Amino acid sequence: MSNITSVPGADVVPTPAAKSAGRKPTVKREVNALTGMAHIGLILWALATAGPLIWVVLASFKTNTEIFLGKPFALPASFSFKTYADAWTEAHVGRYFINSVIVVLLSTAGTMLLGSMSAYVLARYRFFGNRFIYYLFVSGLAFPTFMALGPLFYILRSMGLLGTYTGLVLVYIAYSLPFTVFFLAAFFKTLPYEIEEAATVDGASHTRKFFQIMMPMARSGLVSITIFNIVGQWNQYLLPLAIITGPGTDDKLLLTQGIAKISVSAGYHAEWSTLFAALTLSILPMIIVYAIFQRQIQAGLTAGAVK
Amino acid sequence: MRHGKYPFIIGFLVVPVALYCTFVVAAYLQAFQLSFTSWSGFGAIKYIGLENFHKLWNDDLFWKSLRHNLFLLILLPVVTVALALVIAFLLNVGGSSRGGQTRGVRGSKAYRIIFFFPQLLALAIVAVIFQRVFGPDKSGMINGLFPDSWDNWLFLADERWAMTCILIVLIWQAVGFYVVLFSAGMGSIPAEIYEAAALDGASRIKLFFRITIPLLWGTIQVAWVYLGIAAFDAFAVVNIMTVDRGGPNGATSVLSLMIWRNTFEFSQVGYASAIGVVLFFLTLTFAALTLRVTRRESLEA
Repeated sequence: MSNITSVPGADVVPTPAAKSAGRKPTVKREVNALTGMAHIGLILWALATAGPLIWVVLASFKTNTEIFLGKPFALPASFSFKTYADAWTEAHVGRYFINSVIVVLLSTAGTMLLGSMSAYVLARYRFFGNRFIYYLFVSGLAFPTFMALGPLFYILRSMGLLGTYTGLVLVYIAYSLPFTVFFLAAFFKTLPYEIEEAATVDGASHTRKFFQIMMPMARSGLVSITIFNIVGQWNQYLLPLAIITGPGTDDKLLLTQGIAKISVSAGYHAEWSTLFAALTLSILPMIIVYAIFQRQIQAGLTAGAVK
Repeated sequence: MRHGKYPFIIGFLVVPVALYCTFVVAAYLQAFQLSFTSWSGFGAIKYIGLENFHKLWNDDLFWKSLRHNLFLLILLPVVTVALALVIAFLLNVGGSSRGGQTRGVRGSKAYRIIFFFPQLLALAIVAVIFQRVFGPDKSGMINGLFPDSWDNWLFLADERWAMTCILIVLIWQAVGFYVVLFSAGMGSIPAEIYEAAALDGASRIKLFFRITIPLLWGTIQVAWVYLGIAAFDAFAVVNIMTVDRGGPNGATSVLSLMIWRNTFEFSQVGYASAIGVVLFFLTLTFAALTLRVTRRESLEA
């Protein structure tokens, strides 16, 4: 776990000074053929990845007739943003989007605060019950969320938290804790003890040491796991579907629920271009964020799987 | 020196632990408890012993769903890991070779950015997109690409192929993540090893099977476990994308969907919990088996 933040950016296998030993031409030809094939394979997969997304954007400008014409990658006859206005106001994509942003902001902030506090204490203080609490958190990783769904619903109902963001945010935090604690505890263990001791000698309190010394030192680990939690919580579908339900929750739906709902009603009313516009609106911000933080996002999401 | 240590520890732990116990630990414990009851979600809880599990044993839909989960469990990791390994290998050592150096293919950064992107999309949104991609008439992307003379393919509406469509969607979303993961692993394999093998006349295919795969074994194991766990879920895709949710005619029903419907639609919380318990033991068995069967002498330095 020491090297969790290393960015998977080394796309070239680094080699020291080249040595040009006389290579046989057959070897060279094999290599060229392989390079050509490599490019073809990679381009095909890039098309398979980007194709459906490009198609969604194109279809968002098309009329129903154009959509049913076939020719999925033909340009639309005209570029009108009316479908987008419909999707934003009538289909409420804007509202769902803002709902998701609010929930994820609150829950990620809460997860990071509570997660790093418990991880820090569990990683660096010896006390009775330390291991028990640590394993209690980590064992949460072994259980499928589906198992808890029914009981969770009734726990929230009995607390009057069903259909509220308070309930949803608390549940998000609780279910994000196992991985966050597991990851950050390992990270806090690797930080040097000398600086902390110096601070103790200078008379810093435990709380102050945590916020002013340990948190800044753990920055790279905290960034990775924050990104991991943002993406994970942003993409949640199961928990909001179970919790944001019941009368009066229509305008509280999150983006994932909302898009699924628009998809169903688009089927009834044959308003396909509105659905495609709604999809584009939900994908576009991800592309922009990804374009800016591409390295950090790749590092953050893969950090969990790298030892 | 450790003045005020315990108040500090308790102060830092009390909120997270309380939250975790209320919403996670209590919920899982109750799931085990409820699996022995006939609770409907309302009223008194009545214990019925192992009846739920007995009923499960005789439930055709359960076995059907389990088969579908196993279909995903086998094929999702195999195809995804294979594709991701090949793509990562092409990115890292598929480039031209100059004077004994193997290099990354040109533009490998751009490829990697594109491949990784689906990972950022919610599976729910991916499911909505692919429902249209697999549309059974000319408005579907794939049918639209076919020549006009072809009959339209039904995809999700065809019992024989609906599960394959789900598999394709899950693979489409997952591959990029593992490409990046494996690329990172390959980047950390010392170049001298490749060089030495290349000097001995090993072809690239040989390099792939004799050096890359053994040295990445630990990462591949992790990938396998992650993908297996994803195969036991698949709820978002099945719930949103399939015909009649789990149809046609139960052809795409999976365990997670059964749990959902029994909990929220059929008021059979006890029965749903029993399926949940089975799911838990299946996941655990799978993870333990994978780690055991694939254990090898560690080659990683």
